[in-house]
Amino acid sequence: MNQQVVEKLKTRFGDAILESGEFRDELTVSVAKEKIVEVCQFLKNDPELAYNLLADLCGIDMARSELRFGVIYNLYSLATKHRIRLKTFVSEEDPAVPTVTGVWKTANWHEREAYDMFGIVFVGHPDLRRIYMPDEFEHFPLRKDFPLMGIPGSLPLPKH
Amino acid sequence: METVQAALPRSKILQTLEDLNTNVQFDDALESEMVLNMGPQHPATHGVLRLLVKLDGERVIACVPELGYLHRGYEKLAENCSYHEFIPHTDRLDYLSPLSNNTIYALAVEKLIGIEAPPRAQYIRVIISELARISSHLLWLGTLAIDIGALTVFMWSFREREKLYDLFECLAGARFTTSYTRIGGVAQDLSVSVIVMIEKFISEFSNNLGDCEKLLNRNRIFVERTDGIGVISAEQAIEFGVTGPNLRACGIEHDLRRANPYLVYDDLDFDVPTHTGGDVLARYYQRVAEMKQSQRIVQQALQKIPTGDVHALKPKKVLPSKERIYTHMEELIHDFMLVNVGIEPPVGETYFAGEAPKGELGFYFSSNGKGHPWRMKIRSPSFVNLQALPSMIQNAMISDVVAIIGSLDPVMGEADK
Amino acid sequence: MGLEDAMGDSFLLSKLQPLLNLARKNSLFPMPMGISCCAIEMMAFAGPRFDAARFGSEAFRFSPRQADLMIVAGTTTYKMAKVVRKIYDQMAEPKWVIAMGACTSSGGIYRTYSVVQGIDQFLPVDVYVAGCPPRPDNLLNALMLIQKKAGKGESRGTSPGFVGDFATLHAHTASHEHRLATSPS
Repeated sequence: MNQQVVEKLKTRFGDAILESGEFRDELTVSVAKEKIVEVCQFLKNDPELAYNLLADLCGIDMARSELRFGVIYNLYSLATKHRIRLKTFVSEEDPAVPTVTGVWKTANWHEREAYDMFGIVFVGHPDLRRIYMPDEFEHFPLRKDFPLMGIPGSLPLPKH
Repeated sequence: METVQAALPRSKILQTLEDLNTNVQFDDALESEMVLNMGPQHPATHGVLRLLVKLDGERVIACVPELGYLHRGYEKLAENCSYHEFIPHTDRLDYLSPLSNNTIYALAVEKLIGIEAPPRAQYIRVIISELARISSHLLWLGTLAIDIGALTVFMWSFREREKLYDLFECLAGARFTTSYTRIGGVAQDLSVSVIVMIEKFISEFSNNLGDCEKLLNRNRIFVERTDGIGVISAEQAIEFGVTGPNLRACGIEHDLRRANPYLVYDDLDFDVPTHTGGDVLARYYQRVAEMKQSQRIVQQALQKIPTGDVHALKPKKVLPSKERIYTHMEELIHDFMLVNVGIEPPVGETYFAGEAPKGELGFYFSSNGKGHPWRMKIRSPSFVNLQALPSMIQNAMISDVVAIIGSLDPVMGEADK
Repeated sequence: MGLEDAMGDSFLLSKLQPLLNLARKNSLFPMPMGISCCAIEMMAFAGPRFDAARFGSEAFRFSPRQADLMIVAGTTTYKMAKVVRKIYDQMAEPKWVIAMGACTSSGGIYRTYSVVQGIDQFLPVDVYVAGCPPRPDNLLNALMLIQKKAGKGESRGTSPGFVGDFATLHAHTASHEHRLATSPS
């Protein structure tokens, strides 16, 4: 099944599929960020593949100078009961990825969380604001340069 | 009136609420819509969920949920803990069924490492997952009933949960933050007294659940308050990523224990009930049916459980037993390395999801070969289920909001991570 | 506090004081600020087995105006701290606060960027209850300590008491009875 999916994607999208690999029987496909929406739409609408459930969407900080941030999409197909993972990477200077809320509505809050935690901006998102931290918070907590204990004074406390 | 409103600083969330409907007018206070804040502190929001609801009289026009009041920074904590040290944190995710979270986390790490627990440990994990499911659904039943107004059901379901708590205390040492599973098995074997307690609980459970059902199933107030309320269609549910009993109550037969079996679920005989309707009453029937199926699974597992070890024998990956640590050199060194450095899985990433009582609980790990995970993402079912809330509340009365939230069964501990 | 301010200093009040204290301590209505896992043990504390109603805490009042004891149960984040403080300010005098669990006492197992390391940074606390989560019996112990405080007419925030798993430190009372008894419970 994994092989079939990779072949279909490569015949349809060619160069946009950067690499693919398998680990513990799971397929991971790396996609160029400009084509991510088309790839997702194809994976969802294709009758044989039918990945109609976006199980999870998360950001990741690779802590390297080139293409620092990544967005990871875990897809699931209710019909074939198969899982697949897509990855795109963006750089720190321009952390913008097209949004997939048009493909699956559930991506809305997941993308807000990725924005809140990493600062990855989703272009075209209907409502991109913070979801966990207060609106006025200025930092992005899950970046590797943010300390675990936080920055003193970044969150206000009511007076005793 | 308009100038006064414009002069007040507008927070982003109010702005979002207004943007949802472009016909807002502020001319006459009595004729216009009202924004109601069902704040984080509320008896019936099941934790610290804030809902900003725009009302036209008693009807809800739009709703914006606000999360984050219980954001404890789990994912950042995970990057600073080893895989073993994170097990007590998984208890506090969905704090109504901690044993289920423990099990799914242990399975996810074992998948990453590439080991498997021995058969006896797998049967024990099935038993505790199903008991956790019963415990979580019992609390859901109690709180849904008390939100709708039936106080007795709350007391009865808590009485049953106290029996389960005694059982968990005998099994793992704590009433509910158990931290019972380990990477490669479970912490300790089931003792004879625990097995006796489980059998006693299971044999009495159907009568006690039947009592609760007798109070609610044909109760006119309960049925009228829940029938046709909070409807969501199957397509909408899949779009929003809703999983678990909420999805099965829309008619879609999707259960991860059947679709992608893990542990020993493919050896056990159980049904996956579904109900059509997608309203609060269907979700009620769904969870009650699931409790009965869980009872069946526990009975079968208790009969089929084999004898054997409860820890896998993989020296560099699984914590050895205390007797061997105190008497053998190899085990002493392995224990030291595992506790201080952590298990060092291969470089790679995995995603494992199991069927928690609330839905699909998934753990995504990205490992760089060190003892601490590089990235751990928790796919919590309540976070995703809550996203479907605004569309369920549309056009309902304000008094139905409480019943709808109760039927979705969110737990803010895992929704806010 | 409360009725005393209304009546001022008078002979009638000194006769009434013990009666008022007795009434207050035997009818403490808790306001459950149930935030996370400790809230479940608080519900069990109200449930049929560890009945809080037999101590006088019959009704859990969710409106702060109608309650006199706030049980903060669960991890308090910075975002939630503002809300907890607002609700505490709305309670009428006399009022007491129980910090239930490790998270409210000191931040608990969460030493992270978003968790307040102990609610005593913004609230005056009367009794700290240790445990993660504390057993409901421990919470009953805390309730009894608050009753003792209320019975002596002590106002909030003075000489906090501690309830642990194995020992109970009795609070220093205002009448200089330095009885620091550590009795295993």
